[in-house]
Amino acid sequence: MQLNGLTSPLTDQQLSLLQQALAGMSPLQISWVSGYLAALSQTGVSTGEAPVAAAPAADSAKLTILYGSQTGNAEGVAKQLKEKADAAGVAADVFSMGDYKPNKLKNEKLLAIVASTHGEGEPPDDAEELHGFLVGKKAPKLDGARYSVLGLGDSSYEFFCQTGKDFDERLGKLGAESFVPRVDCDVDYDDAVAEWIDKVVAEAKSLTSVAATPVAAATAAAPAASQFNKKNPYNASLLTNQKITGRDSIKDIRHIEIDLEGSGLQYQPGDALGVWFQNDEALVDELLSLVKADGGTDVDGKSLRQALIEDYELTLSYPGFIKAVAEATGEKGLAELAADAGKLRDYIADRQIIDIVRDYPLELTVEQLTGALRKMAPRLYSIASSQAEVDEEVHLTVGVVRYDAHGQEHMGGASGFLSERLEEGGDVKVFIEHNNNFRLPENPETPIVMIGPGTGVAPFRAFMQQREADGIEGNSWMFFGNPHFTQDFLYQVEWQSYLKSGVLGRMDVAWSRDQAEKVYVQHRIVEQGAELYQWLEKGAHVYVCGDANHMAKDVHQALQTVIQQHGGKSEEDAQQYLTDLRKAKRYQRDVY
Amino acid sequence: MSDINIEDLQVQGKLADNERLKRESNFLRGTIAEELNDQITGGFSADNFQLIRFHGMYQQDDRDIRAERAKQKLEPLHTVMLRARLPGGIIQPKQWLGIDQFAEDKTIYGSIRLTTRQTFQFHGVLKRNMKLMHQTLNDMGIDSIATAGDVNRNVLCTSNPIESEVHAEAYQWATKISKHLLPKTNAYAEIWLNGEKAVTTEEPILGSTYLPRKFKTTVAIPPLNDVDVHANDLNFIAIAEGGKLIGFNVLVGGGLAMTHGDTATYPRKATDFGFIPLEATLDVAAAVVTTQRDLGNRVNRKNAKTKYTLERVGADVFKAEVESRASIKFEDSRPYEFTERGDRFGWVEGIDGKHHLTLFIENGRILDFPNKPLKTGMRKIAEIHQGDFRMTANQNLVIAGVPAEQKDVIEQLAREHGLLDDDTSNQRKSSMACVAFPTCPLAMAEAERMLPSFVTDIEGILAKHGAPEESIITRVTGCPNGCGRAMLAEIGLVGKGPGKYNLYLGGTHNGERIPRLHKENISDSEILSIIDELVGRWLQERDGAERFGDFVVRSGIIAPVVDSAKDFHDVGAIPA
Repeated sequence: MQLNGLTSPLTDQQLSLLQQALAGMSPLQISWVSGYLAALSQTGVSTGEAPVAAAPAADSAKLTILYGSQTGNAEGVAKQLKEKADAAGVAADVFSMGDYKPNKLKNEKLLAIVASTHGEGEPPDDAEELHGFLVGKKAPKLDGARYSVLGLGDSSYEFFCQTGKDFDERLGKLGAESFVPRVDCDVDYDDAVAEWIDKVVAEAKSLTSVAATPVAAATAAAPAASQFNKKNPYNASLLTNQKITGRDSIKDIRHIEIDLEGSGLQYQPGDALGVWFQNDEALVDELLSLVKADGGTDVDGKSLRQALIEDYELTLSYPGFIKAVAEATGEKGLAELAADAGKLRDYIADRQIIDIVRDYPLELTVEQLTGALRKMAPRLYSIASSQAEVDEEVHLTVGVVRYDAHGQEHMGGASGFLSERLEEGGDVKVFIEHNNNFRLPENPETPIVMIGPGTGVAPFRAFMQQREADGIEGNSWMFFGNPHFTQDFLYQVEWQSYLKSGVLGRMDVAWSRDQAEKVYVQHRIVEQGAELYQWLEKGAHVYVCGDANHMAKDVHQALQTVIQQHGGKSEEDAQQYLTDLRKAKRYQRDVY
Repeated sequence: MSDINIEDLQVQGKLADNERLKRESNFLRGTIAEELNDQITGGFSADNFQLIRFHGMYQQDDRDIRAERAKQKLEPLHTVMLRARLPGGIIQPKQWLGIDQFAEDKTIYGSIRLTTRQTFQFHGVLKRNMKLMHQTLNDMGIDSIATAGDVNRNVLCTSNPIESEVHAEAYQWATKISKHLLPKTNAYAEIWLNGEKAVTTEEPILGSTYLPRKFKTTVAIPPLNDVDVHANDLNFIAIAEGGKLIGFNVLVGGGLAMTHGDTATYPRKATDFGFIPLEATLDVAAAVVTTQRDLGNRVNRKNAKTKYTLERVGADVFKAEVESRASIKFEDSRPYEFTERGDRFGWVEGIDGKHHLTLFIENGRILDFPNKPLKTGMRKIAEIHQGDFRMTANQNLVIAGVPAEQKDVIEQLAREHGLLDDDTSNQRKSSMACVAFPTCPLAMAEAERMLPSFVTDIEGILAKHGAPEESIITRVTGCPNGCGRAMLAEIGLVGKGPGKYNLYLGGTHNGERIPRLHKENISDSEILSIIDELVGRWLQERDGAERFGDFVVRSGIIAPVVDSAKDFHDVGAIPA
């Protein structure tokens, strides 16, 4: 495309400057600049002038929104609430719980809490301190304060929305009064969230005496978001699906490359890719035949069969499905199961929806079926590439969920789609899920410690690509682990090359099954404790990615041990040391 | 020393890089110990990759899955092969049980491979198990010092259990020669056995940069030439009188390795230097080694072996230097005759009344095959056997020293586990292959894995021409380095590329003539059709019991190699 003075509103001099500036840019850079300028034109702010911040409203009239977020969902909801509140003229501040001083709580009059739950009923990292404060002795009386809680969770887990429930219970016990009843959201939370936000904003508006003027969002300096997002995903194509565990591995892990060309999608190391997958057609057909439903029936403008493939959750099962089917059909066995929470949980533990229907092949109407099923939630994968290296591609490291149970082979929904059902060149709907809680240090001199066993390796591959592109050498330390050295050393040749070139300073590995006793990354961390503690003292950032249930806890404990042993600290002081690291954003986790 | 000037006889020029790494290795230590702790790779870097050979190991990888693993972003499946040092191939049952266990537990392929160096090899040992391997062997009295690299390697000795007294003496000499010529550096013990660090200041025989190239020694007991003397740098031919060993004829400068396309390389038969009495044995061994050490070509490794030194300086000059260094004069050679190279399969009774059972082990690979649990069978035999085992240079195994009352039980175990099979043809027993794919990094074509079916095809050809009991010494080697000793076979196949071989014909039954190239770079089916035609002619036109290798020469199908340094690369047949 040629710029010329006749067709543009620019002066020749402006035009020449613009052309010079564009000359050396990559398509990615140009795309970024275009977004930047688009945002600039919308806010009407010219460069060089900072956006004018709204004058702070009186605290008493203010809604304080606190979020505790692990993967960014709660943060997103909190920010939506803030936007709606702003738009409605309700003064609102939004804080990560990690950045919020707990002792300020006693001054709050109007509080909205958005909290996710992960693992087995645990609060996200940034909510830990506030959560602990509320249940502890120092918790203040909160008489006169009003609050509402939105919990985010996944009903396939036992402690569904536990963190939200905890906050609700504690705030109530401390004397605060709920102004909109708590909502517990499942993975398909969009509608429930929208409803809650509307109620909270409406109630808050009536409760705040002083209305502030609405403020426009001033985000001029941020790169323009691509037009694609979770609701409007980009239809990308699969470039590569390569198994990266050896032929004798007990794991099937895939390196996936997806083409984003032309999407304008941009991500940074640490971000995740949301994948809208398609359910297995064979599974859908079997389901339809078992419940005797007509796949051709129209559901929201598409056939039921297509809706089951694209829109409903069929691989993760959840108690709600059994309860709904029990209610719809009055089937006794199911009703008994639904009534016993413990039994129900055991029953669904290794059953997908299809297993339940195989066990109870009951005739269901289309409405009963779709009413019982949960809407599909996209799966988030930590991105394993940096755009500085791969430009308009995005790479993932996907562990394929595959197991035999109840006489049938089972596959994970998204991992089965990406690894088996999607052919190279096939379409996959994706979006970027930004994660500001997992970022490389701004200062290139800051050392980094990366702990990423198994597929937790993914974001660190992105880190390495980024640092190589940025010309940063050394000051980096990787801990990796998996069952066997010969079979499961994910991206082995790349790590070798980063070590050789100096982009990676050192690497410690743990192969859990290569010897009689199991050895994991946490053991290597303790072994290397003396040096690791020195790195922490030098200001290193510590990143942990991977399994939340075991690894992240064991690694946390190992770090605490290292700090105790080599920093000469008490257990409590070591805990505080880690808390301080986290608050300083020097201890970041992306665990699932 | 003789009055020759050593420097005048040395090859001048830029030394080969291996000379640098030997010099810088601090007597074979290098940085092996440090690299053992590198958890990021299963392999060794360039210099240590070479140096571990001096400790008896080769770095290898599973070549079948090399490309697959590259796609998986995994390095090649690096392992090491270990070749044990067992002079004369004798191993005790207790030691056998130990190596059986290690092969089972700690090697990828789970096998014990008997080799043409009359010893066993472990294939597929991961780096993390290397020290354990050496320590396990050391606890049983076995090491792998200098079984590879530019040193004197495992010393062979004819497996002749019948004349057991001569064999016992000859075996003692093989052991003594092996020990005498070993590196003196403490590197092996330091690196693998957690031995105390000791400073090494000299290698009195091998020298601080060791030998220019590998060096192979045998002790052969006529009439059996199972060790293939002409494949070796230094050979002691046992001369006995009245059942007692009195001395050796010394043959120097044999060797089979060559390089495809390089006519300056060729297989060569050993030159007979003459007879020496027993007491001169170690001095002569050291003199041959030091002469080769000082005169061998250190500039071009492809011309570094003793055979090329002899051709370059002259066999008489080399011999005079050896005489000078050993302070002896070679006497005239004593008469001897080699009649056979194959092993004597089945039971034989030795003069001491003990019984010996020689088992045919196809390709020397001891593994539990489907319906042929060879490895289990050997373990069960080792559990009760009162004598010893002798690995042969033909990759077979002798259960030696069995008292009469144990014959039946041992034979029964051997039969039950497929170690003894009356249906094995003479042709199969006369066939041999090196390891080649998937582990040998040098292999250009299959050898061990193609041999069994290739032999079946030759059996078919012999049967078709009405001679199923006949045999032709047939050897397949995956590359021209020649571990399979194809360059002394009647039918020799040398790997050229995947599925392609050079076909050599005209070796003799007793291993005293080098075969000549008949057809280059042909497939095994082309080879079989040539063999079919020639075997047909042989069986029609043979002169009495004339062997195949002699027939193809006499009938003019192939011109005999007379002086390989001059005529080996001349083309094929005598014009009709």
